[in-house]
Amino acid sequence: MSFLALERLEKRWPDGTHAVRGVDLTISEGELVVLLGPSGCGKTTTLRMVAGLEMPSAGRVRLGGADVTDLPPSQRDVGFVFQFYALYPHMTVAENIAFPLECAGLPRGERDAAVRRVAERLDLVALLGRRPRALSGGDQQRVGLARAIVRKPRLWLMDEPLGSLDAARRAEMCELIRVQQLADRVTTIYVTHDQEEAMRLADRIVIMSQGEIVQAAPPREIYDRPATLFVARFVGSPGMNLIEGDARSGTFRPAGSAVAISLPHAVPDGRVVLGARPEHVRLDANGPLRGRVVIEADAGPWRHVHVEGAFGRMQAQTTERGASSTGDEVRLAIDPAGLRLFDPATGRSLA
Amino acid sequence: MSTPLLMIRGLTKRFARTTALDSVDLDVHDAQIVALLGPTGAGKTTLLRTIAGLEQPEQGSMTLGGRDALSTPPAERDVALVFQNFSLYPSKTVRANLEFPLRAPSRNMPAAEISERVAWAAKMLRIEALLDRPARKLSGGEMQRVAIGRAIVRRPRLFLMDEPLTNLDAKLREDLRFELRALARSLNAPVLWATHDALEALAMADRMVVLDRGRVLQSGVPAEIYARPASPDVARLLGWPPVNVIAARNIAGHWTAADGTRIAPASSDGPERATLGIRAENLALAGGPMRVRVEVVELTGPAQVAVVPWAGIRAHALASRALELAPGAQVAPSVRPEHVIVWPAT
Repeated sequence: MSFLALERLEKRWPDGTHAVRGVDLTISEGELVVLLGPSGCGKTTTLRMVAGLEMPSAGRVRLGGADVTDLPPSQRDVGFVFQFYALYPHMTVAENIAFPLECAGLPRGERDAAVRRVAERLDLVALLGRRPRALSGGDQQRVGLARAIVRKPRLWLMDEPLGSLDAARRAEMCELIRVQQLADRVTTIYVTHDQEEAMRLADRIVIMSQGEIVQAAPPREIYDRPATLFVARFVGSPGMNLIEGDARSGTFRPAGSAVAISLPHAVPDGRVVLGARPEHVRLDANGPLRGRVVIEADAGPWRHVHVEGAFGRMQAQTTERGASSTGDEVRLAIDPAGLRLFDPATGRSLA
Repeated sequence: MSTPLLMIRGLTKRFARTTALDSVDLDVHDAQIVALLGPTGAGKTTLLRTIAGLEQPEQGSMTLGGRDALSTPPAERDVALVFQNFSLYPSKTVRANLEFPLRAPSRNMPAAEISERVAWAAKMLRIEALLDRPARKLSGGEMQRVAIGRAIVRRPRLFLMDEPLTNLDAKLREDLRFELRALARSLNAPVLWATHDALEALAMADRMVVLDRGRVLQSGVPAEIYARPASPDVARLLGWPPVNVIAARNIAGHWTAADGTRIAPASSDGPERATLGIRAENLALAGGPMRVRVEVVELTGPAQVAVVPWAGIRAHALASRALELAPGAQVAPSVRPEHVIVWPAT
């Protein structure tokens, strides 16, 4: 049963730009859906139409079974979060968090209970009586998050709320949003251009490009089986290895190379792009691809090895240390389970 | 080891009441990439600006190539600073942007050499096809290449890069990261590279300096800092998933958290109280004495991270994707004693 439904949603700007092109999407109650895409893909415009901040040029928005397309934002009971605004310096942490509830006219007892609940989840209980200036930067951001999400509307709409934070803080806040969302199960649409954030947060990722949905699926499926080359390139860091070549009677030959890699799936003969995530590429003395190590680097738990050969450049990612060093002649093998094929003309996945 | 090209001792810089740099020591040797890792506000930019001569420190010494640098005017220090915001002339062509630093009257460089250097830099950064395009028509990644090109045409003896990849998208950042590493190697000039991204620092650098609130917390080889962070503060800066940091006591031979969770056997000659560090990849989700429920599961791509309430913290465990995990699942976290980093309580 869909809780929120976008039906053939369209947005044309007065200058003729076609920002959103026939978006169909249904979201279940309690789901966290991330709209992911590069800037200009239509994700924020879509979100603003759900909020009622923009009127669609065509199509409908249904929330809880009712058509809300023509309702003003105030009558939709949605919470819109752009970013965590500065705290009110003259109020305590508890008063800051309670402020949106006070504005919504909630009685004192309910307010206090809600503040308590969110403070426990975000480890803020000990700070409730303090004023913002007495807090560290990280604590201030957690209070800002608590204030932004203390209310329980029918729908949370979040537009890059972590955009201004640095990497370490972003990761922490992203997780706290998910902790809070899982606890309250408020249906949420979260907009971001950051694929790592999307993968970590989402029940389902909706990837948009040029105003259209390219793929909508759980993070694992998006990562493992990207529907197009665009998705394959956009999701995953380090990115998927992509090699152009020819499929012929069940084997793949990289362009300009004589080796043949047997394909686990049957595809029609012709030009194809083979894709493999770095963790599915391994150094293997019996592997079919010969090359030379050009870069190797350890990054935390991972070792990255870049290998150049007649096939182009491939990156392998392993947890094994010291297997090779720069300049070594090596062979690579691709784990058949991790092998994807795309049509270079349409960009669509073949298998 | 030879004398460092850049040697800094006791450098202190104050702005009004804040101490931006607090007695910083730093060495940069020839042809090294040194990552300066720290959160926003750690003092990274101030340190680079001080080295470039754009800020005057209150205390400390600095030598460049064996000469006192603090008394050397900025223009004569022969260092190039690349910012995260591409400072190009938008209406000028890429070529004109690259030529600009070489056309300074004081250089008096012959036209033939200018064009030779521009061609060399353009080839190195693979922007030859863009040379006649106006800078405003470039993409973000192209602009950053040109900005770096403007630094390398000068062939300075030291590059200072202030979060040069921060404004770029993930894919481009990843590509440029390794290109710049290869470039730095071939130029044979050292690079001091400021970043708040721990993975970038770990992957790029020959040496790493961890900076926070103006102080150097640790410096060394990245893999060693990763394996043995000197303090909980360093561990917290080592990226995501975070190192699990737990205050514990040695009770009857076991490290025990404040809530009573037994973490791992403790050696008898160790301290009685300590802060423990357990990296997410070393926290297993089975084999422990206590059953807890997974709160959140996050996909990293090749692996997944389970967030579990354990030992009084929200603990992070990096797990194989083969493991079936979902919020609410029961797990029994455990850690092998050799994977526990012990920081004795002070």
